[in-house]
Amino acid sequence: MSTLVFFLPFLLMYTVFAVYAERKISAFIQDRYGPMEVGKYGWYQTVADLLKLIQKEDIIPKNANKTLFMLAPIVIFTAIFCGFAILPLTSSWVGSLSQNGVYFLIAIVSLDVVGILMAGWGANSKYSLLGSLRAVAQIISYEIPVTLSVLCVVMISQSLSLQEISYQQSVLINVFPDLESTKNFLFGIKTMAIDVTAWGGFFTWNIFRAPVLIPVAVIYFISTLAESNRAPFDLPEAESELVAGFHTEYSGFRWAIIMLSEYGMMLLVAILGVILFFGSWNTPLPNIGNITLANWTTGQPGTIIGNLWSILWLISKAMLWVMAQMWVRWTYPRLRIDQLMNLSWKYLTPFAIFLIFMSGLWRLLMI
Amino acid sequence: MNWTINMFYFFGLLAVISALGVLFTRNVLYATFFLILSFFSVASIYVLGNASFIGVTQLLIYVGGILILMIFGLMLTTKLSGKVLVTESHNKRMGVILGVVFFSVLSFIIFSANFEVLNKSVEMPKKMIEVIGVDLMSKYLIPFEIAAILLLIALIGAAVISEKRKEIKE
Amino acid sequence: MITVQHFLVIGISLFSIGLSIVVIKKNAILVLLGVELMLNGANVNLIGFSINDPQIQGQIFALFVIVVAAAEAAVALAVVVRMYQYYATSNVDEPNELKG
Repeated sequence: MSTLVFFLPFLLMYTVFAVYAERKISAFIQDRYGPMEVGKYGWYQTVADLLKLIQKEDIIPKNANKTLFMLAPIVIFTAIFCGFAILPLTSSWVGSLSQNGVYFLIAIVSLDVVGILMAGWGANSKYSLLGSLRAVAQIISYEIPVTLSVLCVVMISQSLSLQEISYQQSVLINVFPDLESTKNFLFGIKTMAIDVTAWGGFFTWNIFRAPVLIPVAVIYFISTLAESNRAPFDLPEAESELVAGFHTEYSGFRWAIIMLSEYGMMLLVAILGVILFFGSWNTPLPNIGNITLANWTTGQPGTIIGNLWSILWLISKAMLWVMAQMWVRWTYPRLRIDQLMNLSWKYLTPFAIFLIFMSGLWRLLMI
Repeated sequence: MNWTINMFYFFGLLAVISALGVLFTRNVLYATFFLILSFFSVASIYVLGNASFIGVTQLLIYVGGILILMIFGLMLTTKLSGKVLVTESHNKRMGVILGVVFFSVLSFIIFSANFEVLNKSVEMPKKMIEVIGVDLMSKYLIPFEIAAILLLIALIGAAVISEKRKEIKE
Repeated sequence: MITVQHFLVIGISLFSIGLSIVVIKKNAILVLLGVELMLNGANVNLIGFSINDPQIQGQIFALFVIVVAAAEAAVALAVVVRMYQYYATSNVDEPNELKG
């Protein structure tokens, strides 16, 4: 139930603030003020924009294929929103406890390609068609490094269930049904025999449990940027060449839905990245002797305080991730299409395959 | 239990109706979107049949991979000049007769056969993926490796076949 | 309760519709779609037969079928694209040079 009760309202709120934050961050990076007129420091700018968008006329081009054109934004949003269904939100509040967890997420998110093709084809405009073809080629190519980097984590943690992966990185590891006697060692190397199970904090995060995952996290970050069509990989909507890519012909509410799903995708990959690499809903503070910071800032699963702490850590880490995405967007120039394909096929994919091999070796150190 | 069977009927009907849609529509692009719907319902049927891993694989490979590839193929092999993409058909009578005969003979066999042994409820393993993973790496290791080689060959073959060559003039 | 027959009926429906598509349609890509539909019909059968099998052999068989279907689709699509480059058509009955 966490999907409908929490993520749907949260996604709407988050998008409003993310658009504002994006403007302010870009303004900060480019040494200007950004929106300042509406409300104090321009706080209400996005709300005003939203009102404008909802009021706008819903234009459907005369020669467009109406069914496909109207269906496309819904397909895109549904595909991405389905991905939220299996994310664990706190130590006791999970969407779906499916065994296939992360596998399902990767599969269902790739379906937004169908919606993009529908939008590009249905609009009957060459900019839309070119934009959608580019978007689809890009998303399909970058799905491979994403999947491979997720596979590395799955090999280290031996599970597809996101909640199990979260508990493995927790100071509460022995609470989870299948992990009663599991121990975490420093850097996962058992022969060093430094037991960090009781330390908790960042020592049990996946990038510390297996430092081989640090380059994997970098690959994941780069390729998810491309998968959510963010700069520097925003070729599908390169405004200097393609007007606005596959959503050129959309206006008003339908355009708002497409925008919402783009920001939703950013949030989804950010939360997934936090779960896979940066300790999910776990606190970064370790226990130091008698000062049990990790226990204080975690709480027992099932209690209100435990839920509040874990939701706080998960969301704040995800927000930092989203901020990094925005920072990259306003710092790097856009790639050319051939450079984009080269990066995916000639660098990220072979490197990710090599890292899978390394993760297998590291796993041997852990058992 | 009742809920499961109703879901099964819904997705089964959806799969068959959208497959019929592929058969009856003349627009090529609509046909592929109907097929996406059909494969999606088939994936749901797999999940209801206690095979969620296969269901997700179906989504990932068929819907996210093969059909998108097909749509790309369609766009590459038809002249995109504003026309609606329609396909012609031939052997109409033959095709329908073949389908109907096939369907009726097989359904006659199915309804006259005795499936009692197969329908006896058995204790299923709790962690299905674990069984699949262990089996793939032990019992079915050789088929698994052969499948990998097959995929590699198909990858190279597809690249070689579709490569641009100079046409030989007579 | 879902029985094996339920799966089999859906399987044969998909299979015979796929067969009709292969026979009727002219466009090569649509013929390919028909073949994929037939493979799916076979897969539904395999899943149906493994619902009460703790060794889930049917599911693993279905997994291999999906892999082979992916390989088949890639090669067949390459052939169709090549055919289009050479004959400038994607209808299966037009390339008839070998017909004496």
